[in-house]
Amino acid sequence: MIQKPVITAAEAAAKVRDGDVLMVGGFMACGSPHTIIEALVERGARDMTLVCNDTATHDLKSGKVNGVGRMVQKRQFKKIIASHIGLNQETQRQMNAGETEVALVPQGTLAERVRAGGVGLGGVLTPTGLGTEVEEGKQVITVGDRRFLLELPLKGDVAVIKAKKADRAGNLVYAATAQNFNPLMAMAASTVIAEAEEIVEVGEIDPNAVHTASIFVDFLVKSERLEG
Amino acid sequence: MEYVPNKDNIAKRIARIFKSGNVVNLGIGLPTLVGNYVPEDVTLILQSENGMLGLGSAPPKGEENRDLTNAGGAPVTIQPGGCCFDSATSFGIIRGGHVDYTVLGVLEVDQEGNLANYKIPGKMVPGMGGAMDLTTGSRVVIAATLHFEPTGASRLKRRCTLPLTAVHEVDLVVTDLGLFEVRDGRFILRECFEPYTPEWIQARTDADVVIPEDCRSVALEDTCLAGV
Repeated sequence: MIQKPVITAAEAAAKVRDGDVLMVGGFMACGSPHTIIEALVERGARDMTLVCNDTATHDLKSGKVNGVGRMVQKRQFKKIIASHIGLNQETQRQMNAGETEVALVPQGTLAERVRAGGVGLGGVLTPTGLGTEVEEGKQVITVGDRRFLLELPLKGDVAVIKAKKADRAGNLVYAATAQNFNPLMAMAASTVIAEAEEIVEVGEIDPNAVHTASIFVDFLVKSERLEG
Repeated sequence: MEYVPNKDNIAKRIARIFKSGNVVNLGIGLPTLVGNYVPEDVTLILQSENGMLGLGSAPPKGEENRDLTNAGGAPVTIQPGGCCFDSATSFGIIRGGHVDYTVLGVLEVDQEGNLANYKIPGKMVPGMGGAMDLTTGSRVVIAATLHFEPTGASRLKRRCTLPLTAVHEVDLVVTDLGLFEVRDGRFILRECFEPYTPEWIQARTDADVVIPEDCRSVALEDTCLAGV
């Protein structure tokens, strides 16, 4: 089996360019690739579009910030596509000040748009958002007697995701709710960099236990920080 | 009569709606309190939209697992027989009609069954997260809310003024004053909670409230409430 390069977080960050669409796995920083995020903050690529479920936490009073919120704090995004920004006051501040464009997408729709981007679908039909602001500007398609919104696929230039365990071929296993958007983003970006807490030899992961197939993953990074 | 806000009464009443085996999603905040009052002989399967069935209580201090959180990012446990999955599956469960009850907090709810809870334009824009999918896909949608805003205004309205999360999806509204069924464009007061009277509630609710003949007065200390 072909082995994927194990690279440093700094090398991973160097693959992300100004203006890229960057997908970041995780849900309120649970299951986010914190080692790579740290390197991305240090490297400071700018004007990117973020696709992430949320922007983690940033309390402006205490200054406490975590996960991808640290990149928001450094203003590395010109646009943020997320389902929830309620616990990140800085994202809300940037949005209200007109500094950063924020597109709010229902969480299930975001998941399906990312999945559609990865699996070759032209879009998905969902009833979610009908009659709300989410419907604005979108095509409504009637199937039988039911109306649906046509939601378009999302693709990334780079996805940075987090697994519990990887083998050198790039097969991934996630833990508990740290799974979330990671396996979907693994399919949806041109370059996929998976951070894993443990990287084992090919053959050491039971094929039945694999969540993300090796072919989706381009590079591996060993976790050095598990929170943040 | 003096109004004293009482979130626990809301949670107590909602907790007695369910039957063993129901799949239930409890929103973050007030709805989470419901879990504290589920009767011992009722076993629910709690769904957490970040990717879990069998959500358990908070772990003892020192036993938190950073890979196992609820949709608010807080550490939780998983019950025996529970399982975890990615966000597409999680919202497949939700949108696909496999969740029996969803309990959500609201900013406003109206007599048409509309609900607003994700956006106060220009002020606070937390985002819809999973709420639009949950209200679209769940079999029964329960709005859980204090009856009045801190200003004294009724959260139950004739028509929501804020951007909608859900259109004609709310089935039941449980406040600290009573339990309302949303039907035919009106709130039907099925139960009023002691010490409040139907007339007192009707006079202070900024919506059409119907008091049916069989409207019950309920003491929430009672342990033998019938389900609805």
